[in-house]
Amino acid sequence: MLQYAWVIPVLPFIGFWWIIFAGRRAPGQGAYVAIGAMLGAALLSVAAFIEVLRGARYDASVVWATVLNRPIEVGYQVDPLTSVMLLVVTVVGSLIFIYSIGYMQGDLRYPRFFAYMSLFASSMLLLVLGNNFLTLYAGWELVGLCSYLLIGFWFERPAAARASMKAFVTTRVGDLFMFLGILLIFLQLGTLNFNEIFSGVETGRLAGGLLTLAAVLVFGGAVGKSAQVPLHVWLPDAMEGPTPVSALIHAATMVAAGVYLVARAYPLFFGTPGHEALTVVAYIGGITAIMAATIGVVQDDIKRVMAYSTISQLGYMMMGLGVLGFTAGVFHLMTHAFFKALLFLAAGSVIHAMHTNDIKQMGGLAKIMPITYVTMVIGALALAGIPPFAGFWSKDEILLEAYHYDQVLYALGAAGAFLTAFYIFRMIIYTFTGSLRSHPAHPHESPRVMTVPLVILAFFSTVIGLAGAPWWDNPFHHFVRFEGAEGAAFDFEFALRSTAIAGLGVLSALVVYHWRLVSAASLRRAFGPLYIAVVHKYYWDELYQYAVIRPVVWAARRLRTFDVYVVDGAVNAIGVVFVWFSRLYRVFDLYVVDGVVNLVAWTAKTMGGVLRYGQTGRPQNYLLIIALGVIALVVVGVIR
Amino acid sequence: MSGILSLIIFLPLLGGLIILFIPKSADRVMKQIALVASIVSLLLSLVLAAQFSRGGGMQFEERYSWIPSIGVNYYLAVDGLSLPLIVLTAVLSVLSVIYSWRIDVRLKEYLFLFLLLETGMLGVFAALDFFLFYVFWEITLVPMYFLIGIWGGPRREYAAIKFFLFTLVGSLAMLLAILIMYFNAEPHTFSMLELIRQQPLADTPLLAALAFWGFFLSFAIKVPMWPFHTWLPDAHVEAPTAASVILAGVLLKMGTYGFLRISLPMLPETFKAYAFFIAVLALLGIVYGALVAMAQTDLKKLVAYSSVNHMGYVMLGTAAAAGAVGDPSKAAAAATALNGAVFEMIAHGVITGALFFVVGVIYDYRAHTRGVDEFGGLGAKLPVYTGITTIAMLASLGLPGLMGFVAEFLVFLGSFGVFPYLTAVAVTGVIFTAAMFLWTIQRIFLGAPNPRWATLPDMDAREKLTLVPLAVLMIVFGLFPKPLLDVINAAMTSLVTALR
Repeated sequence: MLQYAWVIPVLPFIGFWWIIFAGRRAPGQGAYVAIGAMLGAALLSVAAFIEVLRGARYDASVVWATVLNRPIEVGYQVDPLTSVMLLVVTVVGSLIFIYSIGYMQGDLRYPRFFAYMSLFASSMLLLVLGNNFLTLYAGWELVGLCSYLLIGFWFERPAAARASMKAFVTTRVGDLFMFLGILLIFLQLGTLNFNEIFSGVETGRLAGGLLTLAAVLVFGGAVGKSAQVPLHVWLPDAMEGPTPVSALIHAATMVAAGVYLVARAYPLFFGTPGHEALTVVAYIGGITAIMAATIGVVQDDIKRVMAYSTISQLGYMMMGLGVLGFTAGVFHLMTHAFFKALLFLAAGSVIHAMHTNDIKQMGGLAKIMPITYVTMVIGALALAGIPPFAGFWSKDEILLEAYHYDQVLYALGAAGAFLTAFYIFRMIIYTFTGSLRSHPAHPHESPRVMTVPLVILAFFSTVIGLAGAPWWDNPFHHFVRFEGAEGAAFDFEFALRSTAIAGLGVLSALVVYHWRLVSAASLRRAFGPLYIAVVHKYYWDELYQYAVIRPVVWAARRLRTFDVYVVDGAVNAIGVVFVWFSRLYRVFDLYVVDGVVNLVAWTAKTMGGVLRYGQTGRPQNYLLIIALGVIALVVVGVIR
Repeated sequence: MSGILSLIIFLPLLGGLIILFIPKSADRVMKQIALVASIVSLLLSLVLAAQFSRGGGMQFEERYSWIPSIGVNYYLAVDGLSLPLIVLTAVLSVLSVIYSWRIDVRLKEYLFLFLLLETGMLGVFAALDFFLFYVFWEITLVPMYFLIGIWGGPRREYAAIKFFLFTLVGSLAMLLAILIMYFNAEPHTFSMLELIRQQPLADTPLLAALAFWGFFLSFAIKVPMWPFHTWLPDAHVEAPTAASVILAGVLLKMGTYGFLRISLPMLPETFKAYAFFIAVLALLGIVYGALVAMAQTDLKKLVAYSSVNHMGYVMLGTAAAAGAVGDPSKAAAAATALNGAVFEMIAHGVITGALFFVVGVIYDYRAHTRGVDEFGGLGAKLPVYTGITTIAMLASLGLPGLMGFVAEFLVFLGSFGVFPYLTAVAVTGVIFTAAMFLWTIQRIFLGAPNPRWATLPDMDAREKLTLVPLAVLMIVFGLFPKPLLDVINAAMTSLVTALR
């Protein structure tokens, strides 16, 4: 049945148009349409997953355009990597859609929310199904569009409007590099099809420095989409969107597309001399992981804590892929999708109850919102990497790979792991323990339509990591793998160390924020300048403001002036010159050309006037003149 | 089927002549006649498209001797390059007539000039005789001059004269070039196909260069290429909405059409010699156009400068194809670039046509201002208008799934094979266009609703009728470009094959 996999993205696409045209008249004001399409896609994805588990594969293309006699093909493929992604997108997506019924209740543009979410799901599924760069790029840009529309969903807020634009343009900077990479690949190999490109790399038709350049350029797209340093600045601002959007797009799926891209194009990176492109990936990932984790520690907005956590975890995935841990990176992508969606939806549940994002306003919610509390703690444990929750297995694997590859990266990763456990439990403690700090608020547990998805996601966050556990012979490793990047075997002692790091993080959070043995203020003082830098998010936004945005706007304004006064000025100057010329001609015409004419007339007239005196009409005068003439002639003749 | 081309071309003029005899009071009848004439012309052009055989070269030929003493023929035919442009012209003309329904100043003259303009444009794309081509080319000039000069905005006279003089200078240069071609051909001929076959200037590089720059000046002003573009913002800003649509949607294409129909096949070696220079000018148009557009506060001017940017893509593709002349290893890249360039011509016609309608909808009958900064929060107030505008702007910034992407993708894909570094710089234009359009959307539609516009109504039925077809075209050909590309590719393949 894999040849019918194209139906999977088509279902939500139909849902999108249905809701756009029917609006509130669509079943459930659009919600049921979207959820129905999504559940259908999920069922098909499960079926496809089972087929692939049994060893089936699929890859087919159709001609999209013909140029000269060369066809440009688009098509789709189903392999283990794609089937895992399909499963993640549709299952997490379905749960988030259902949750949205409760969260978006009563919103002014309720149907449109579901329409955009459906379009997003469709684009994301297109992205992971594509067997070529064209389809992938199309899906890639379309998820970017949906992200834009959904971040700016409450566009009446100026912050949301700004954030949506920032997200689109920042990611497009990354896409520019990716596009150039695609152009380079096409120029060298004449194809956009993944398998043909990979065989071109294998046979050495694209190799050496050019291959590295192509791989790094393609990675540029991943840096933008997956919010890696230095293009990470858009993701925290993207939290202006509704929380289900943050959960689906900015945590579980779209931002992971960059990781998926690297995994999908892995032969491209792997084939570079000395895996140097992968080293770039690993270092960008490692730096992102630690940097975002430090910022996460000082955030007070519950969603921004999570946003920086997402950036950091995406960095881990990149690092995993970069240190030859292909499986580890993809595995972390999958587990992260579940537990981070859980954390976001739980945060959404809290925001729904509190009408604020500020964790310092919260407190003591554990008793009021028990289901949210328990599920969120499960999510936090999974994120922190405490066994047996999902995140432990995948993160431990990444750290293990890093340890065997590069000690510096391992150190970054381990420090990040400590900070991860620390910031997430700082948030849990602020939110759920102690007593409520905001008095006007009247929090309550969220409705069933929101808590049931939480419980299901909590279940997944607990057990899904076991797919990569050493018992039962690590089934995930056998399913998603890359020849040459198999990774190291599970190491019990190492796992203990990972657990200890995470546990230490949790403990430190408890010491500082729950038992208050060390005051947060003294820590802030102790870290001094570092704390200031972290609070200002390492000044990235300021850097871009002064180094990029202002110069571009300035240049645009100057160019406009240039256009009006110089280019158009030259045109007008030519016009003026010609007008002057014509004036000059007019003078010339009046006084010279016409003057000559008049002169001739005047001369004739004057001559006539003078000669007139000869014409007296008296015969005597004429005879006198004739006589004088005769005398003159005679005189002349005699003299000669 | 013979005669169908003449019918398509002259039906609008016939309608216009009939309108001249209708009494002034019967304005409804005049509009109906204009609508019928343009719709029949459109339907016939669709018949043409349906009957068109891909890979058949020049089709629907009509050839009659006109002035035998100097070898002028009435010679019409279409191929894969001109057919899409003819259909585009017919579509935009019908929509413009529909949009112009509310014109009440000197309606008779307006409709007559409009229909005359349509005849001229259709003729340019179908004529294969230089004399005839030149006549049609000049015919388009006059009605547009009056449309801007009479029905335009406050600075209409300045804009109209500027437009007229600019293009007239180009026309004269072209006339000179045509005569060079004519007198060097043996036997003397005005037939374009014959001149392409003969390559009369192949052995006289100096004359060839002279002819090339003559054509170049004419076409580059029309496109417009940097630095000949400054007539465009003025003409667009002052022109009435429907004229802006035609100006951007069709008239600019006459320039790029000239490059593809005349400069490239007739003077390939000369074009190749200057290809890099022209590609640099195209690049300037792309980046400069986008940046200057970003700095505009007048919505109409913004769209006008975005035209400079997009026509730069067309010229980049054309110049890349010229740069690949004589190099068989780059034939595929050249064909890709040319396909992209022609697709961009159509896409730009549809998208920018829509964008000028969009500007008209808000300016003509609602807000009476185009200041981007004066709006805000219209998204909540005018959902349909917001949706259509957003689609058109997204198409313009090259979002996959919409027409603009296909064009840009092919242009870049092809040009990269010929001028990799230039193309790499040109790709940055995509970011600036994205920033520019999203910033515009943000300033007009997003944010808190501006109380000044609390009573604005959303689009009415007639406005939807003009804009929805264009939006549908953007989506359909964005997803399935193949039917259109196959037609274009047929012509581009034979062009590239001839150049090899």
